[in-house]
Amino acid sequence: MSQEQLAVYEVFIRSNRGLDHKHVGSLHAESPEHALMYARDCYIRRSEGVSIWVVESTNITASQEDDIESFVDPMDDKPYRHATHYVLPDNVTGM
Amino acid sequence: MNNTIKSNEQSPLYRFVLGLADDSVVLSHRLSEWCSNAPYLEEDIALSNIALDYVGRARMFYQYAAEVEGKGRSEDDLAYLRSEREFTNLLIHELPKGDFGFTMVRQFLLDAFYNLYLTQLVDSKDETIAAIAAKAIKETRYHLKRSEPWIRQLSEGTEESRSRIVRALEELKDFVGEMFLMEEWETSLVEQGIAIDRAALQPDWDRYIQGFLGESGIEFGDAQLQIRGGRNGIHTEHLGHMLSEMQYLQRTHPGMEW
Amino acid sequence: MQTLDKDEAVEQATFDQRISDEQKIEPTDWMPDDYRKNLIRQMSQHAHSEVIGMQPEGNWITRAPTLRRKAVLLSKVQDEAGHGLYLYSATESLGITRSQMIDALQSGKAKYASIFNYPTLTWADIGAIGWLVDGAAIVNQITLQRTSYGPYARAMVRICKEESFHQRQGYEIMTVLAHGTQVQKQMAQDAMNRNWWPSLMMFGPHDSESAHSSRSMGWKIKRMSNDDLRQKFIDQTVPQIEALGLDMPDPLIKWNEERGHYDSGEINWEEFYQVINGAGPCNYQRIKHHKAAHSEGEWVREAVRSYRQKQQDKKTENAA
Repeated sequence: MSQEQLAVYEVFIRSNRGLDHKHVGSLHAESPEHALMYARDCYIRRSEGVSIWVVESTNITASQEDDIESFVDPMDDKPYRHATHYVLPDNVTGM
Repeated sequence: MNNTIKSNEQSPLYRFVLGLADDSVVLSHRLSEWCSNAPYLEEDIALSNIALDYVGRARMFYQYAAEVEGKGRSEDDLAYLRSEREFTNLLIHELPKGDFGFTMVRQFLLDAFYNLYLTQLVDSKDETIAAIAAKAIKETRYHLKRSEPWIRQLSEGTEESRSRIVRALEELKDFVGEMFLMEEWETSLVEQGIAIDRAALQPDWDRYIQGFLGESGIEFGDAQLQIRGGRNGIHTEHLGHMLSEMQYLQRTHPGMEW
Repeated sequence: MQTLDKDEAVEQATFDQRISDEQKIEPTDWMPDDYRKNLIRQMSQHAHSEVIGMQPEGNWITRAPTLRRKAVLLSKVQDEAGHGLYLYSATESLGITRSQMIDALQSGKAKYASIFNYPTLTWADIGAIGWLVDGAAIVNQITLQRTSYGPYARAMVRICKEESFHQRQGYEIMTVLAHGTQVQKQMAQDAMNRNWWPSLMMFGPHDSESAHSSRSMGWKIKRMSNDDLRQKFIDQTVPQIEALGLDMPDPLIKWNEERGHYDSGEINWEEFYQVINGAGPCNYQRIKHHKAAHSEGEWVREAVRSYRQKQQDKKTENAA
């Protein structure tokens, strides 16, 4: 017998002050408030975090692997965005 | 009349701390029975966390009780080698876990009680008690934050869930009065600034519980003293079964390290 | 042999390249159907094992002999639930829901580790399980941290980090018992003897007999063969048995200088297949327990869904 599920939430944890929130997994919950509490009980049992975000999975818009060629690859050919692209005289430092 | 075995020789402070330890260990036992039995995995994990909070509390209170008693007994001697008549928990803690509705209603009633109680106990003149209370109140605030939405959604979810909540309240109402019943020896500790006047918490508790349930259209009268006896070792029949299970290894193989 | 259309052939080539380059496959990537199916089978089986594994150990939570042991055991079993959650969550990224996985478990379509179909008869079983069963699981899981599917690998990293205390708490229980009274020592020996063979069975059939093994190795879902993992476990465990001062659970265990490994006796494969196929001492009981808890929880889940719906309706009403 299949049962309709509770909503799926993605969980993001900030492990220490000053760091980004990082995706750690997901869980099922009936509301964002409950998702937050379950995230606390399920994902930081060993004090792995100081802050939690939860987002209902359906609210995440993700890039599609299908158009990855036109989406990501064009970023590849702009080496001038990287500092290593520029040649400096050997005697110049501090830059 | 004082019914507890040997209780006359025991100091009020020892009895006070021991009662709090027994409350915690008995409730943690009931909560731990949910492990692998909860409605879904997330809730299983969450309930275990609450059970663990209470085991932690029990250990701190037992360790202090043993220290106060000064007879060289350990936390485990107190938890595992005393009989039903020597256990002094308030009865509400020992009632069988029931269905999920019963467990959550009991938790809600207790969380609300501990929220008021521990908020005052952090100012106890006994430093150890104050320190344990300071740790425990943080846990309890979280527990209450969790029980509130549970009671709300079960009260307003389906007809079945509502009727289960109402039934649980009905079953528990005879046991809430005891939470506010002061023992004579406890009153003497209140005068010394060590214990809390539980009777004085009752109006706030009543108001809060009635207000919260009232929002979902559920009535719950003032806490009336009906069934009492826990602090004097007079229990329901359930405790004996719980202890025979909990104490089985220590009783079967006395004096061993585990 | 199936013919791939051109696009699919390109996708397949990209996939193969990623596998060979040790790159992880991520949920939105194209992957062969069989790779997906194989992952779902292995990962959900792994998740179910964690969840069913709560029962034999949970059997002793209310009887743990000290408050410290009670806290340790409860938090350990809670961790198993957590690991089940991580794994269900990772498996869901492959396009299957948790309810579908639970249905498969309850109908017997999905398997779980057969070790959990043995009973925990005494307190020493809690020690033996933490030490041997978690020990065997860790040997396997360490290699799975390098598995090719990203969400699985990441779940394994988190799980391995948490597992390290599980094995130690088990060994600590065994140490206390092995150095305790005669009764306790016997309890420890008995529990080890009973759990030894089922622990070895956890690594699955011989490589030559394993239906899924070679393909999973090719896809880098599995990183080491059943027999290699099993040997690794035996090699690391024998000295631990010696340290406890217990008798070997298998009289044929003997160091083989030439191989650089311990030799040991043959597993009773008849028993292995019997238990896998449902005729172990506790198969019926474990699934019955799971079904009972799940169906007793239905009114709660129903209430939660209904409350949620009412709240949403209210919101829509207010907006209108």
